[in-house]
Amino acid sequence: MRTVQAVAWKEIQIYFSSPTAYIVGLIFLALTGFFFTQDLGDPFPEATLTPFFDGAIVVFILLAPALTMRLLAEESKLGTIELLLTSPVRDWEIIIGKYLASLVFFLVLVALSFFYAILLFVYADPDPGPIYAGYLGFILYGSAALSVGLLTSTMSNNQIVSAVVAMGILLAMFFADRAFGAVGGLAGEIIGEMGVRGHFDDFSRGVIDTTNIVYFISVIAFFLFLSIRTLESRRWR
Amino acid sequence: MIQAEGLTHYYGPYPAIQDVNFGVRKGEILGFLGPNGAGKTTTMRIITGFMPPTRGTVTLDGYDVVEQSLEARRRVGYLPETVPLYTDMSVTGYLKYMGTLRGMSPKAIKTRLVEVVDVCRLGDYRKTQIGKLSKGFRQRVGIAQAIIHEPQVLVLDEPTIGIDPIQVVETRRLIKDLGRDQTVVLSTHILPEVSMLCDRVLIINEGRIVAEDTPKNLAEGLQGVDRLEVEIGGPAAEVLPVLKGIRGVNEVTHVNNDGRHTYTIQAQAGQDLRDTISQLVIGNGWSLRGLQMVGMSLEEIFLRLTTHEEL
Ligand SMILES: Nc1ncnc2c1ncn2[C@@H]1O[C@H](COP(=O)(O)OP(=O)(O)OP(=O)(O)O)[C@@H](O)[C@H]1O
Ligand SMILES: [Mg+2]
Repeated sequence: MRTVQAVAWKEIQIYFSSPTAYIVGLIFLALTGFFFTQDLGDPFPEATLTPFFDGAIVVFILLAPALTMRLLAEESKLGTIELLLTSPVRDWEIIIGKYLASLVFFLVLVALSFFYAILLFVYADPDPGPIYAGYLGFILYGSAALSVGLLTSTMSNNQIVSAVVAMGILLAMFFADRAFGAVGGLAGEIIGEMGVRGHFDDFSRGVIDTTNIVYFISVIAFFLFLSIRTLESRRWR
Repeated sequence: MIQAEGLTHYYGPYPAIQDVNFGVRKGEILGFLGPNGAGKTTTMRIITGFMPPTRGTVTLDGYDVVEQSLEARRRVGYLPETVPLYTDMSVTGYLKYMGTLRGMSPKAIKTRLVEVVDVCRLGDYRKTQIGKLSKGFRQRVGIAQAIIHEPQVLVLDEPTIGIDPIQVVETRRLIKDLGRDQTVVLSTHILPEVSMLCDRVLIINEGRIVAEDTPKNLAEGLQGVDRLEVEIGGPAAEVLPVLKGIRGVNEVTHVNNDGRHTYTIQAQAGQDLRDTISQLVIGNGWSLRGLQMVGMSLEEIFLRLTTHEEL
């Protein structure tokens, strides 16, 4: 456990001293701020964060890979992985440590975005249900997106490749519900079920459904499992 | 301490090493000597458990590096050839991190850090960011992280490459010291280094071990009587054809050093020509001023074993 902590802590320090992470944070807050104010121009503005959440998950398709691309790709590139993997550390400890670090940085961003929610509570009288649910959904979605990015970072020693592949996977997950129509039948239905939209939209409408929570947690577990396996595979004959 | 059997490793279709066998006893310093691309790094990566061999096994202290990887890795300290370090960390920050990864307690790290910084002479650079250190100092940090957890086995891939002569001497002294109670495997293509440091040498070429012995035996084994250096007082123009005419002589080279004529005679393997030569010299009325057997330098052995041409 101490190794997980050490790996995570090292990465967290890097996040808070790296320009990339700050740029990502800035873009995130700027864009989501824009989505937040979008509705306010309406003659009858709704006191809601729904557009904020809908925008945030799209923005995160691009930003999550930017946060995770470094995690293992850089270790492979610089060769530091040679010392990491020859230390008596289990592969899952490395993956979980790295994942936790990205999660911590992401949660800090989420916390900063509370600013918008606070504004809403101060100047309007929003329905708190959808806001809590929306945040829960967004945190789950972001955590899943980070696990996708971690996997692709584990697979490549090129950060750009890692980020682009992760974006591809996240886009596919985002648009999967369209496959429902295109593919049709049972296969289409299954692919559609895998999609993010169907599971996220409930949250931003204020509905907390256990199946949706289970969906995101399964996605995270699946990608973390694959990441551990990928790292492990370096030791396979 | 280390037992390697039948190690073979393929990168794609090309074998980097083939059927490499060796053992290292506890407390021994073993040197891997070989030209570029011989397979030294490949072998070390397998020993340290970084990658599995395509075929063959390595055990460290009885633990298989593939099957019982974690146990084996607990016993290893490793300095990779490229000395990969986290350049944005400070020296102590990095060493603490590596200590933690090697399962040391914060308390153990604290006391050990003082020793390691002292041993590797990093005292003035404790707080320096690693990226700002010179190559030689990075090498020291690399060694420091390899020894911080006092591993039973130390694997050093070309530990003295790219550092200045003074630091080379220091680093060698350090390795010699470490070798007193640790098992050390190091690779190099610098010959004198091997005779200075190692209890035993493996010469590896094109992925195969071509010789294995102590540096001394290796030199003696190939020394023999077949190579003589003779100083003869007499006209070189007459002496040379006579020497060349002796049966069993392969080659004679002549050096005229201010009137001192020295001939190096290479005889066929195993031939002892000392008596023949001295009798001939005296018989011709020249004077025999010196005659000695010349051992091959490790350099020549290395060349002889790793190149296919005859010397
Ligand atoms: N990652 C790799 N992929 C493909 N081939 C490789 C790889 N690493 C090494 N090789 C090849 O394997 C052979 C052995 O390489 P290795 O690095 O083990 O040699 P070495 O003895 O360490 O050489 P040097 O003295 O140059 O460090 C070389 O022919 C090399 O080209
Ligand atoms: Mg090498």
